[in-house]
Amino acid sequence: MTNRTFIVLCLVPLFIFSIAFLALPLIRLFLASGEGAAGWSVYLDILRKPRYLNTLILTVLVSLATTFAALGISTTAGMFLARNQFKGRGVLLSILTLPLAFPGVVIGFLIILLGGRQGLINQITPGHVVFAYSILGLFLGYLYFSIPRVLLTVMAAAEKLDPSLEEAARTLGASPYRVVKDVILPGLMPSLIAAGAIAFATAMGAFGTAFTLATNIDVLPMVIYTEFTLSANIAMAAALSISLGLVTWVLLLVARSLSGTTVAAGG
Amino acid sequence: MIKSKAKLLQLTVTLTACAFLFIPTVMSVMAGVTANYFKGISSGVTLKWVFQVWELYADSIFLSLWLALACLVVTFIIGLPAAYGLARHPGWFSRVLEEFISLPLAVPGLALALALLQLYGTMKGFRTSWTFILVGHVLYTLPFMVRSILAVLAAMDLKTLEEAAASLGASPPRRFLNIVVPNAMPGILAGALTVVTLSIGEFNLTWMLHTPYLKTLPVGLADSYASMRLEIASAYTLIFFIMIVPLLMAMQWASSRAQRIAN
Amino acid sequence: MTLHLTNTAKTFSDGTRALLPIELTVKTGEIMSLLGPSGCGKTTLLRIIAGLETPDTGSQIFFDDDDVTLQQVEDRKVGMVFQSYALFPNMSVRGNIGYGLKMQKLAPDKANARINEVLEMCQLEKLALRSIKALSGGQRQRVALARAIAPRPRILLLDEPLSALDASLREVLRDELAVLLRKFNITAIFVTHDQAEAMAIADRVAVMDHGTIVQSGTPEELYRNPQSMFVAKFVGSAMLLDGSCKGKKLTLAGGVQDLPKNTTDELVFVRAEDVHISKKGSLTGTVQTTTFLGTHYRIGISGIASGVLTSILAGQTAPNIGDTVKVSINPEALLILPNGAHKE
Repeated sequence: MTNRTFIVLCLVPLFIFSIAFLALPLIRLFLASGEGAAGWSVYLDILRKPRYLNTLILTVLVSLATTFAALGISTTAGMFLARNQFKGRGVLLSILTLPLAFPGVVIGFLIILLGGRQGLINQITPGHVVFAYSILGLFLGYLYFSIPRVLLTVMAAAEKLDPSLEEAARTLGASPYRVVKDVILPGLMPSLIAAGAIAFATAMGAFGTAFTLATNIDVLPMVIYTEFTLSANIAMAAALSISLGLVTWVLLLVARSLSGTTVAAGG
Repeated sequence: MIKSKAKLLQLTVTLTACAFLFIPTVMSVMAGVTANYFKGISSGVTLKWVFQVWELYADSIFLSLWLALACLVVTFIIGLPAAYGLARHPGWFSRVLEEFISLPLAVPGLALALALLQLYGTMKGFRTSWTFILVGHVLYTLPFMVRSILAVLAAMDLKTLEEAAASLGASPPRRFLNIVVPNAMPGILAGALTVVTLSIGEFNLTWMLHTPYLKTLPVGLADSYASMRLEIASAYTLIFFIMIVPLLMAMQWASSRAQRIAN
Repeated sequence: MTLHLTNTAKTFSDGTRALLPIELTVKTGEIMSLLGPSGCGKTTLLRIIAGLETPDTGSQIFFDDDDVTLQQVEDRKVGMVFQSYALFPNMSVRGNIGYGLKMQKLAPDKANARINEVLEMCQLEKLALRSIKALSGGQRQRVALARAIAPRPRILLLDEPLSALDASLREVLRDELAVLLRKFNITAIFVTHDQAEAMAIADRVAVMDHGTIVQSGTPEELYRNPQSMFVAKFVGSAMLLDGSCKGKKLTLAGGVQDLPKNTTDELVFVRAEDVHISKKGSLTGTVQTTTFLGTHYRIGISGIASGVLTSILAGQTAPNIGDTVKVSINPEALLILPNGAHKE
């Protein structure tokens, strides 16, 4: 057997698996989106029908809010942890990265513990403060799983940032504020864009968290789910899935070309 | 230690974020062992809820472990040779294939599950068996296995090492077993831990693919959140944490080790 | 074993002709060096002999009477030392050396005896159980050599085996390698871009350029009798004395130089060690550079030929930059090549 034959043989199982369980199902899903009563104009319906359009707008808004909040918090915390050595740093870092493996449902539950009827906030504040099932709860849930992902990207980038650049700026007379503005942020920018894209894409497609919290809120994954299970509107569910998948895929492609990270979407 | 206002602000943000992530986790753990959550921890500490969860959901825990193991085996069998093939056969075909199998990282699990249901939903025997869920898990975890091994392989001069083995008389399969596999070990380990961790926690695909008789741990969790009292839901979450946190820490350790070797 | 190549060529898939059809014979026990600048095709030729590259159709490679042209590398029984050594990081020194024997399915006791023998020959006994990562560059080189030689290959192929080492170590190991290769008593081919290395180690050197062998012979032959300007320049860095020849005289920019014989349209070269700064010299030039090299000075002189002429000066003092010096060259030391050799 020649070397080349062997190498090609090694790729065969992967090839077969991805054709059978990825390529063909996705093609089938795409075809299914056109098989409804509306035909291919189902994709136009997403923009024409208020129910879907409002869902889309709301999902994008919540995802954008999540992205910017996560970027702000994680960049601050990430730079602080990357640049300072102190007792307990490891513990803080663990706390901030452990939620990476929490499924969205668990995060939803944690938000319920914070802002639900029996939640912490409701117990320690006077009056009736329940926000878990509101848009605020959903936002906090998305933020919960975005913080670790953005943090890891930012810290990886911060470690690669050449400290002598900062030192050079300082020797040239730049104030700490100018150093952040002129050296650190531009250096981190590709990673920040990448991390932002990851956070946005994850929030757009987050099903688990929405499943526990968004019982009364129309966000895209929940609408796909209800169209599929309750309304049996398979064409619309498929069309929404394809559109959502395309958007998140393109975003993550951009993210990866900017920073080379592979942080799981999921949630 | 705190020298300036800027540092103080940074520390405040960091600690607030930690509190936001950590407090509900602690609450969940506490609620799982509190006799009556509504009355608070003063009502007593008990393992009653944990045992009750075990009675109700032991099956789901075992199914998740079984699935994670099966998923590990399948991703290993497909992923290891594939990573090797991709490393040794660079070019547009490999790039496209790698990009394609990474699609499940980007496309929401919900959409992938719908796609699988559309194509295979009518094959009743397959649809209702645990292997249907397994396919979903493999789909989602395979890119992690492949990339983790690929990163380690790409960092060494695999081609020359293999040429050396060939000049000493080793056939291609021999070279794969004696040279490629041992040297890919750090990547395999990191990949394996990632696959198991993600498989145990996978919800998005699984929720769509599961049947009432096949509930995994996260599906069971969602079920308990919807229908059980808070203490049981918390105790179940506690069990999940106990399983997932050591795995996650091992995964992070193995990944950073593999990355160190790769650089 | 005698290696015999006929009509062996290599064209890469992008159309680059790395190797033009070559004839080459290496006799049993001979140590042959392939010498040339990077990109001359020497490594390609070595890899074709090893079986790591497939030559163009029509090429033929014989190990004695055995036609190995179509044989896979793993079936050829060659020993190869790679430029980067390519030691298996997952195995100990012993594991590396024993790998080829394991592939031959040699009985364990025989294999162990052979490993011990090779370890001793390469002075690696104390390092046998070490990990590859814990070895120095020189030790790695010896392990690579031991690994290649342990399965008793038909031919030993070495691809720039010294280039991964520090300059200070290289010279010592070069001489060591020359001794070891003779101890093995094996047909060997040795690729290098360093002419000093080739001359120190090889019985015979083949100088390669642009995919062909331009000249081959013993180191002395190549040094004293280069057949082309390329060989003259590449082996021993000969410098062109460009002027006009008439009878036994060569008129240069810096004076007239005697020639050993009548020449008309030929090229005259000289080596630095034959350029002497002396008051009685017939040539006059200006000192451009002086470099102190410990045992000697290297002086660059302009104004004699069109290029800078280098002279080796073994003395306590060197002239100053800008000084005018007289230079003498023994006519017998000049290299005279036909003008047709001008093309590179």
